[in-house]
Amino acid sequence: MADAVVEQGRLARAASPRKRASLHNKLGRKSTVAFFLTLPLILLIAALVLYPALYSVHLATLNKSMQKFVGFGNFTFLFKRETFWMVVKQSCLFAITAVIFKALIGFIVAHFVHNIPAKGQRKWRGMLLVPWVIPPAMSTLAWLWLFDPSYSAFNYTLSFFGIGPIPWLGDASWARFSVILVNVWYGAPFFMIMYLAALKSVPDQLYEAAAIDGANWWQRIWFITLPMMRNIIAITTLFSLIVTFANFDIVRILTSGGPLDSTHLFATWAFQVGIQSSDIPLGACVSLFMVPILAVAAIFILRDVSKRGNES
Amino acid sequence: MSRKTLTRRQFVATTAMSSAALITAPYVRRAYAAGKLSIGFWDHWVPGANKASTDLVNEWAAKEKVEVSIDYITSNNKKIELTAAAEAQANSGHDILQMPSWWPQAYADQLEPLNDVMEPLIKQNGEVNGTVKYLGQSGGKWLAVPATPGSQIKGPCTRIDLMKKYANIDVQEMYPAGSPPKADNWTMETFLKAAEACQKGGFPFGIGLGETTDSVDTAGAIFQSFGAELVNAKGDITVKTDAVRQALEYYKKLISFLPPDAPSWDDASNNKWLISGKGALIMNPPSAWAVAKRDAPQVAEQCWTHGFPSGPKGRFAPYLPYFWGVWSFGKNKEAAKSLLTHLSQPSSIEKFVAVSGGYDLPAYANMTKLKTWAEEGPPKGTLYHYPDPHKQQTLSIAASPAPPKIAQQIYFQATLTKLALRHAQGEKMETALAWAEGECEGFMRS
Repeated sequence: MADAVVEQGRLARAASPRKRASLHNKLGRKSTVAFFLTLPLILLIAALVLYPALYSVHLATLNKSMQKFVGFGNFTFLFKRETFWMVVKQSCLFAITAVIFKALIGFIVAHFVHNIPAKGQRKWRGMLLVPWVIPPAMSTLAWLWLFDPSYSAFNYTLSFFGIGPIPWLGDASWARFSVILVNVWYGAPFFMIMYLAALKSVPDQLYEAAAIDGANWWQRIWFITLPMMRNIIAITTLFSLIVTFANFDIVRILTSGGPLDSTHLFATWAFQVGIQSSDIPLGACVSLFMVPILAVAAIFILRDVSKRGNES
Repeated sequence: MSRKTLTRRQFVATTAMSSAALITAPYVRRAYAAGKLSIGFWDHWVPGANKASTDLVNEWAAKEKVEVSIDYITSNNKKIELTAAAEAQANSGHDILQMPSWWPQAYADQLEPLNDVMEPLIKQNGEVNGTVKYLGQSGGKWLAVPATPGSQIKGPCTRIDLMKKYANIDVQEMYPAGSPPKADNWTMETFLKAAEACQKGGFPFGIGLGETTDSVDTAGAIFQSFGAELVNAKGDITVKTDAVRQALEYYKKLISFLPPDAPSWDDASNNKWLISGKGALIMNPPSAWAVAKRDAPQVAEQCWTHGFPSGPKGRFAPYLPYFWGVWSFGKNKEAAKSLLTHLSQPSSIEKFVAVSGGYDLPAYANMTKLKTWAEEGPPKGTLYHYPDPHKQQTLSIAASPAPPKIAQQIYFQATLTKLALRHAQGEKMETALAWAEGECEGFMRS
């Protein structure tokens, strides 16, 4: 017995330097270092994103007074609401239209800026980024004043041409147009800067070869620029789609969802239902509905990006 | 180096003295002997009006030896509602929180009953109106104390000159300063004719049709004056009734005389409408007039605040009280109750009203004839009828008398204005009513 103990002790002593070495190796690994470096961010995301997300899932399963578990009861209730489906349609219309226009304008402006001589380019880049760097709540207030019923600068200007007054925020169609316009104004610079970076990474030799082959302007765009930018376009579109879908401030400040709920998005309606009407579980449920829609979009776009990554 | 030795006797004496000091310490009246109190007050629109609250709280704190901290929370973009929701979820926050109209009912289970504060106050200051009871009481329990700061009536604020010129109505004669109103002819029909005349004259009435409170409050009073309720006091849906149809027909006519972008109006739009000189009437507390006094004095001196027109079922005025609630998880409830009693004393109420230039409105019957309202101007007496000193109107809130938890949703989802707007924009009466019925069914969730 005593021998065995001695033997075990010897073995244990022999094993400990090996253990220390393996711990040292583990700590020295690039992946471990990377993990520890990202740990603060992981903890931050867990506290500020993961926990609230899980908590909202929990809230969405409670009844209005938050005292009883109702499972998917809130979701099935929402499916029967006319306003909910209106919000779904409007959120899709708002996000898709705004992202298309942001991408289009960003693409065109990026080309213009790309063609400006390097000396003056920085100035233009800076100026064009201004809408994106101003806090949206602040810039939207300026837009609100431009659309204002009593003091609208737009209507005042249009009156010189015998046009108007236009009910910018008072008519459902004009109100939808206005909120999309402000979102495009705010978001187009992001696309512009991303596309500009992508354009700069396209090798000049490709354009030179195309020019030798006699390719016209359109063919260069279609066969060189667009394929070279595809991944950036996909990623930018995905990011923008997520942010636009979840937009709150622009609609809240400009229309509060009106007139007749015609500009409500998921976030603004969730706020109205959850906070203003004191139905927090239903509000949580409305906001969670964005997740499957955005998840489907993310899966498709990211799958396409990784497929192309593997091909290349 | 000298060295002092402590004898056994000295040690016992020192220990006994220290122990006695430690034991008696809490009973010595120090600067903040009665503990701490944290307060969340609504951040007043009227510049300088917060000072009245601060002064009154400090005065009480000095007397009661309580250490106080006050946060002024804006109601812009629902910050005060968000604060209430966050504190209710966290079971932590201010001891006293000022809440807009519907919130005491929404957090009824988490608020400390305040009957011991309210009962003596009612005896002292007079009875409170039905809307204060509807919003502040649940099952005989007072959930909160009606706050003077922020409480308001959103009656008509009329341009004397324009109304006289285009509608041939002398509002000063109808609502004379210092005397009871002679407003028997001030009915919904007269109001409609005046709206048409002023619109034809190029100065439409500025009544919003949006989803914010000013629009909803006006709609509520008009519906109530026709006896139209979407949900009754028992919680039954009563959308498809003649009273609702009648109110909708009336609203349709009225909407045709309102500015075309009224559906997008928020709570600032009507104020701007009046101050810019574009309109002959808005429905608002005297804040618009107060701003006009500063920015457009020529407009302010033509403004007269008065009573609401009467409908077939009576004269209803939109009334929006604020409340002071004490959280049941608060740490110093007794001090909170003592402070609320102090803030509701006649002298405190008078101070609130004076500092806010007559904007703030006490809930108590004996407090509607303060000199501020009689003296404010120009024109002198413009606010005399603002607090309804002759009890000529029923002060009500939109969507009442539905059970508060249902009414709150009708109110904040602006079902009344949406219903009126749908019909006015061409939707058939029965289709619009079916929509409203569906909405109300959705609000029945418990």
